[in-house]
Amino acid sequence: MSTHTARPTGRGRLPGIWSLALARASVELRSFTRERDAVVFVFLYPILMLALFATVFGSEQAGSAGTGVDFARYFLPGMIATGIMLSSFQTLALAIAVERDDGTLKRLRATPLPASAYFLGKVAQVLAVATVQTAVLIAIAALAYDVPLPSEAGAWLTFAWVFVLGTATGSVLGVAFSSAVRSGRSASAVVIPVVLVLQFTSGVFFPFYSLPAWLQTAASLFPLKWLAQGLRSVFLPPEMVSLEPSGSWQLGLTAGVLAVWLVAGLVVGIRTFRWRRHDDG
Amino acid sequence: METTGGQAVRVRGLRKRYGTARTGWKQAVAGVDLDVGRGEVVAVLGPNGAGKTTTVEILEGFRARDDGEVLVLGEDPARADRAWRARIGVVLQDSRDLGELTVGEVVRATARSYPEPRDPAELIATVGLEEKARTRLRALSGGQRRRLDVALGIVGRPELLFLDEPTTGFDPQARRTFWELVESLRDGGTTILLTTHYLDEAARLADRVVVVREGVVVAEGPPGTLGGAEARTPLVSWMQDGAPRSEVTDRPTELVARLAREAAGPDGEVPHLQVVRPSLEDVYLSLIGAEVGAVGTTTGAQTGTAAEEGTR
Repeated sequence: MSTHTARPTGRGRLPGIWSLALARASVELRSFTRERDAVVFVFLYPILMLALFATVFGSEQAGSAGTGVDFARYFLPGMIATGIMLSSFQTLALAIAVERDDGTLKRLRATPLPASAYFLGKVAQVLAVATVQTAVLIAIAALAYDVPLPSEAGAWLTFAWVFVLGTATGSVLGVAFSSAVRSGRSASAVVIPVVLVLQFTSGVFFPFYSLPAWLQTAASLFPLKWLAQGLRSVFLPPEMVSLEPSGSWQLGLTAGVLAVWLVAGLVVGIRTFRWRRHDDG
Repeated sequence: METTGGQAVRVRGLRKRYGTARTGWKQAVAGVDLDVGRGEVVAVLGPNGAGKTTTVEILEGFRARDDGEVLVLGEDPARADRAWRARIGVVLQDSRDLGELTVGEVVRATARSYPEPRDPAELIATVGLEEKARTRLRALSGGQRRRLDVALGIVGRPELLFLDEPTTGFDPQARRTFWELVESLRDGGTTILLTTHYLDEAARLADRVVVVREGVVVAEGPPGTLGGAEARTPLVSWMQDGAPRSEVTDRPTELVARLAREAAGPDGEVPHLQVVRPSLEDVYLSLIGAEVGAVGTTTGAQTGTAAEEGTR
């Protein structure tokens, strides 16, 4: 059986994973930016919502007497969190479900492209979109709505790890959730309600402290609440911590919950990922 | 085991079934043997549901088999690695993906995955899409789209190319252009395994045709000899005493001469006289129309043909 060394000569080496990942990232970014739906409902959506909230509630304060901030400032962390979730979870869950349905994945599987390069390309696309989106949100908040930005390095360090961990968790969960979608046509019907419910219950559209306790508890099971809370710790003044139901920013718990979802998403994603459609044998 | 230097594909006793114990089993492939030599073009021909695509997808490494021995370019596709994938090219059935990318982008991106790809610009010209290089895929016609699929299948200079029902839904002009493209690949020495349910396509492109029906090979050979010499024996049919008659004979002229003497009407004509040499299509239809068990022999095939002709 030892005939495997008898490869035809003159075959060059297979390209490396990193150069392939880079090539995939460029393909992914081009596809994303040309999909008008994605640009509007993933990239622009949180930016428009921030502008809308800041304009509508421009003269009001979030919080209570003594510990209040402008609505624009209160909603900035929530909009960054929702942007991260849309750019990572929603984008990947939809894109991979559609690519599985329309045959992109099967086509790639027939080439020598390694699976790792495919996923690295996706991650790079998500990171690029989430980074630009977050930067635009922060810039608009600061320039148009005079939201003061944190000046201490510690706050930006917290921002960095919450952003990276949140994006990673959202991406992994998006890959895993794509397997729950049975066809490309049903993809948005399956994914978007999940996203919407989490947005309304996780302190993105309503101040988290104004939700009933049972809803707060329910939302605490899911990562978006923790992502938004971690970002509030960065962008809200320290005294606003008194409005958190626990009376603390709970950064350790935030890291823990996000990490648990990350690992769970990895396990489920690896076990359920398929290159072919459900009905394709 | 010897090296498969002269052989691109070797399949013995391939079996695959779908379903579950609860829903019942469907035996899609029921013991297929198949050989494809290097440089050969083999067409797997059969009706829908005959097991063509299942067989090919096992060879491409997309599906696991239940039983049988499969070697593609000397390796088992079920355990094949990237290096093996770089040596095959796959053109899947329908494709409607990658709509927002342009022809040039898709070809260039795919070329990146291979060790020694063809030049993307030259390849795009080869498949006749030069003017469409900057066009997004969603704006291509069906024929253009299929030629792009072939370009993506051969961009890595595969030793073996799989084409799964490549021209289904084509207009005649697009089909002809596509055939010319495949012929140029064949002339360039690419081994091709083609599935199709179009007989003219198999006859035009393939060195050898393998007819499958209900998961087994029912006939095999060069298109001109399919079904054996006897399947091509001319059939003479006529009307005599108000009833249709027919006879299969190697000597049709002699028979017609005899009929002119014995069966001609008052005007000297034999009513409804026809001499038909069964076409490839007749042979094929008899092969896939007859019961699988009855088809092992050419006589079985011939009987089917004669019966069919007799009823016309």
